[in-house]
Order: sequence, then structure tokens, then C-alpha cells
Amino acid sequence: MVSTTPIEPMDSPPPGPAGAVTGALAARSAGTGRAGDKVFLALSRGSGIFLLVLMASIAVFLTYRAAIALAENEGNFLTTFDWNPAGNPPVFGIAVLLFGTVVSSVIAMAIAVPVAVGIALFISHYAPRKLAGPIAYVVDLLAAVPSIIYGIWGALFLVPYLEGLNLWLDHFFSWTYIFEKTQIGVARSLFTVGILLAIMILPIVTSVSREVFLQVPKAHEEAALALGATRWEVIRMSVLPFGRSGVISASMLGLGRALGETMAVATVLSPSFLISGHLLNPGGGTFAQNIAAKFDEANELGRDALIASGLVLFVLTLLVNGGARMIIARRKEYSGANA
Amino acid sequence: MKLQRKNGLRATALGALAVTGALVLTACGSDDNTSSNGTGAGKATAASNISCEGAKGKLLASGSSAQKNAMDLWVKNYMAACSGVEINYKSSSSGEGIVAFNQGTVGFAGSDSALKPEEVAESKKICKSGQGINLPMVGGPVAIGYNLSGVDDLTLDAPTIAKIFNNKITKWNDPAIVKLNEGKSLPDKAIQAFHRSEDSGTTQNLGKYLGATAKADWPYEAEKKWPAPGGQAASGSSGVAAQVKQVDGAIGYFELSYATSQSIPTVSIDTGAAAPVKATSENASKAIAAAKVKGTGKDLALELDYATKAEGAYPIVLVTYEVVCDSGNKSDTLSTVKSFLTYTASDEGQKVLSDAGYAPIPVEINAKVRETVAGLN
Repeated sequence: MVSTTPIEPMDSPPPGPAGAVTGALAARSAGTGRAGDKVFLALSRGSGIFLLVLMASIAVFLTYRAAIALAENEGNFLTTFDWNPAGNPPVFGIAVLLFGTVVSSVIAMAIAVPVAVGIALFISHYAPRKLAGPIAYVVDLLAAVPSIIYGIWGALFLVPYLEGLNLWLDHFFSWTYIFEKTQIGVARSLFTVGILLAIMILPIVTSVSREVFLQVPKAHEEAALALGATRWEVIRMSVLPFGRSGVISASMLGLGRALGETMAVATVLSPSFLISGHLLNPGGGTFAQNIAAKFDEANELGRDALIASGLVLFVLTLLVNGGARMIIARRKEYSGANA
Repeated sequence: MKLQRKNGLRATALGALAVTGALVLTACGSDDNTSSNGTGAGKATAASNISCEGAKGKLLASGSSAQKNAMDLWVKNYMAACSGVEINYKSSSSGEGIVAFNQGTVGFAGSDSALKPEEVAESKKICKSGQGINLPMVGGPVAIGYNLSGVDDLTLDAPTIAKIFNNKITKWNDPAIVKLNEGKSLPDKAIQAFHRSEDSGTTQNLGKYLGATAKADWPYEAEKKWPAPGGQAASGSSGVAAQVKQVDGAIGYFELSYATSQSIPTVSIDTGAAAPVKATSENASKAIAAAKVKGTGKDLALELDYATKAEGAYPIVLVTYEVVCDSGNKSDTLSTVKSFLTYTASDEGQKVLSDAGYAPIPVEINAKVRETVAGLN
């Protein structure tokens, strides 16, 4: 909506509620009388409405099927540490899945965001141009690798090789509780999943951050340089503040992928319905992994129960995105539109 | 215009590439078929007795991964004998097979455990005039595979196995294991027990065995879902076998054919008989021979004696069934199902099993299976 303001005639009403804008657009297209305008208006309006209807229908479908499952559930949907909708009585709860999804995504973000920002800064401000292109290309290529390939690589390569790191963490950091390995077993843990997810969300965070860093007005950087700032000071004082909201949106895009990643997690994780703060222990589960593992052989109620868990993931994603929008809105003074 | 012509050219090139690719792939496929016919001379003669009467078109089936390797051989032999018939057995899990069967998407399902009453009730929607029945078709030992460098020929008994999978025994040199393996040096290494992550008939059969023989150490119901806390999970028989193969100190359970095909050593069971029993298809046959039919009517679900102490009878066995409708099968697949199951239940079909690490179904029960298959409609 904001982007339409510059091309609007001076006498049109200022951008306000959607109705005002579409009204103005309709009046304008009627005025010129060109068929193309009308078609384009109909198309774009249709697309916008289609998106809303699509999201609403997904939500309605999930809610309806979830309600059926929840009515049958004999356990507590939020606190039961079990998933047995085929049992008698049917019992299932999402506590373990919510914990696993959030923890693995947080680990992924903690690793991926700093690395991605580093790569993006290197590509946009440090690397010689000859090197920057290929590196950017390779990072983008990481996004094209199917997740099942990451899963296979993770299970056959990453898991065996992380055992050493796990033992090292256990040896030196077992006092942190989370790095204490109490259960013997290979590294098919939430921690490993977090590392794998970090690699998977790197490209999206990197490429969006890189684009944002390249948008930093040259005048800002040159002004800082003119004041005698070093390159690091330029980055710290002009590039990072300017790019902050962009990096946050990029991270949220990545977080969306991490929350919903299915096949790679299902291949690498050794699932169990227990919550453990010891992240190196095998076990745990995520929403998407649980749905993928259980959907094929679930009975009618089992499917509805999985759909109910899917609804929770849907809401979680909405909350995360909403939160991100609020953070970005608060930092609007730095966003690209106002620069 | 120019742009369009260029696009057209590109499309033609892509199309040509796709066609060539398809041709190359098909060529590979047919090569494979001829070579397998050529090398498996013994099997090819067996295949010549197959009656293809009425079989036609495509038959989809799905289910138990425990009988996958047997099914692969059967399908290969059958399709070599009956040209124009295509059988596609999707090896997933018993649970998935039954779900697919009750949705009417497959001609028959493979399952490691007999249909539950509620599943039979559900099957009546698909079998218009009848219900789903179990036909025991493949027997086999559930092997306890392990990976422990320097130790071969390990012996365990039911309580020890229960305690291992229940996380009560966590070291390979635990006194209970040492006592069963006198004279062998067992390392001071942690035991990593692997179980199936998804619902599985193999899990249920192990649970039935442990419940029947080590009730004190295995207080769980025999369900398809893994009941015990702790341990590590992997997906499918192949997933568990792969983990056992990869991890030193691991132990897991799967169909014997997965152990033989990947040369994973298996545990001999101390059943109380004079000598520990090895997991072999003959030993499994001895245990299955004592099974009784517990199904009613045309249903041939079996009751196994897990607590057997007979000499050389390997007690952890599973019988995998083919689930079909006793009447009211879909008309377009009925003749193919009948023809294929007639082959799998025949002497040739059953003989294939022992070569692949499975156990044939005992003769009296097999006779009933053939009778039932002949009467399918």
C-alpha cells in the first residue's frame, strides 16, 4: 500500500484503510477506461483475496479436525508426555514436541544467525569482488539441496563425527547441565538436529542479510569513512544499524524453515516421548518430525491428533512472525523505506 | 517472435533430453530383468510352474517390512513368469499396510500381526460382502543383532534381553551377560539399545515373546508402539539394522534376513533347552510348527508358543500375514491377488523362503491357506 503512494495523483485520498485505496484505484482505472488496468486490478485484487481465503481455509480445516481429536483425547493435550491416539483410551500430548521444536530451532538460530551475518558482511564489505560472487552463489546453492539429502548427510556423516564434540562438551561443560550427557548413545539428539537446521537455514538468512547490507546508502558509509572510521567502525555504526530490521526479518524467515523442517529431522533424530534438558542425550521430537513419522500408519483419530499438533505448529509460526513484525515495526527508523 | 522461437527450441531440446533419458532408463530396467533371469537359473525353473490364469494389469500392495525380502523374491519370480502383470509391494510397516487396506487403496496388505477386532470391523466397508482375513504366508525369526568388536557367538536369555531393552543392564560386561557367556571376554562398554521409532509388528512380536517369558522384567503390553522408556530409536527394520551395523556396542532387533544380508551377528537364545538356539530359519520353523490357528471361519491368524523349550526351537518368531477380503475383493485385482497368493502359498513359493532367511509355514496350516486362497472371491 505504501509503495503505491508516489504514483497516485495528487488529488487522491491519502493511503488509509484498504477500502479507500481500492476505491481510488477503481476510480482511476474507470477514468482512463483502459482494459488492461481493469484486468490487472481484478487480477491483483483476486490474488490478495485468494491468499486470505487460503489461509483462512487452512486454519478452519485444522481447527475442525483438531477439535474432533481433542474431544476424544483422554490425556491432557498440553502436558501429556505420550502419543498414543490408537491406544485405549487414546492419549496424546504435545509437550515433548513443543519443547523439541522450540529447542532445536533456538539452537539453529543461535548458530546460524551470527554465521550468516558474518558471511553476509564478508560478501558485501570485505571480499574482493571476484570472490564475493562465487561465495554468494555457493551459499544460495545450499538452499537448493533437498532436505532429505541433508537428512542422509546428517545421519551418515554428521552424527558419527559429532560424537567427539559431544564427549568434549560433556567433559568440559557438563556443569552447565544442558551439555551433561547422562544417557549413552550416538549423537542423534536435539543438539545435532539444531546444528543441521542451522546449516539448512544459513542460505536464506545470508542472502537476505547480504541484500540488506548492500542497500546501505553509500553516503552513510562515506560519511563515516570521512570522519576517520575504520572499516569495522563503519560496519558497526552504519551498516549494522541500517540492516538490523532486515537481519531480523531474514532470521524469522530462517526460523520459519527451522520450525517446520521435517525430513532432515526425522532422519537424524532418535525420537522419544521424554523431555530432557540434557540436550546431548538422544531423544525428543518435533511437530513436523512426529507428523511425518506417524501419519502413514495413523488411524482416523491418529490423523486428527496429528492435525491438532499441526495446528499448534501453525499458531506457533504465526506468533513468531507476528512477534518479528512487531520488533521490525518498532525499529522502523532504520528500515530501508525511510533511509 | 524471435524470443518465442528461442523458447520453442529450448522446449524441444528439453523434451528430447527427457525422452532420451527415459529411453536410457528403460533400457537399464530391461537389462536388469534379463540378467536376473539369467543368473537365477534355479529360481527361473521354479517360476515356470506359476499359473498366471486371469492375472492382469497392476496390483498394488503395501505393509510389513519384515516380509519385504521374501516379497521381493516372489514378485520377481512371479513377474518373470507372468508377463503383463505388475505387482508393486510397498514395504512400509504393518500398521501402514492395514490402513492402506482399509482405505481400499491396495489389493492386499502384509502385516506382522493379525487384524484387531476394530480393524476387522473397519474392513467390512471395503470388503463389500465379507471382511478382512489373515493368511499366514511367511514365518521368520526375529533376530537380536549386535555389534561388539571381538565378541562373536553371544548368548542371552529372555530376562537379560528384557533388562537390556529396558535399560536395567547398561554394560556389556554386566554379570548377567557374563554368566551366560562363560569363557568369553566381554568389554566394559556401554550397551546402546535400538528399537523401532514407528509402530511395528516386529516390536509387537518381541513384546509378546518378552511378556510370555520374562514377565517380571518386561511389564509392558505387547503393542506395535515401543513401550519402554530410554534407548534409541530408528525408523524401519533397515534403519535399526543400519544403526546396529554402524555403532559399536549396539544391539537391536529385526527380521533375520536383515542380519544375513548385512552380515550382522545375531544372539543365540538360551531358552532352557540343552543348548542355546541360534536364529536360523530351520530353528524358527520348529517353533512355528507348534502354532495353533486361533482365527475363526476363513481367518487363519495363528497363536504362537513363545515359551517353548523344545530342542533347537528359536522362540522369537513372527508370522507375517497377507490380509485380504474373504469375499468382496475388488473385481479388477481379484484374479491377480488369487493367482499371486496361490504362487506364494505353493511349494515353490514356500521353498524360496528358507533361501532368504525366512521360515516356511508348517504344512497343515499352509494347506488351509491354499484352500482359502482358492475360495477368495
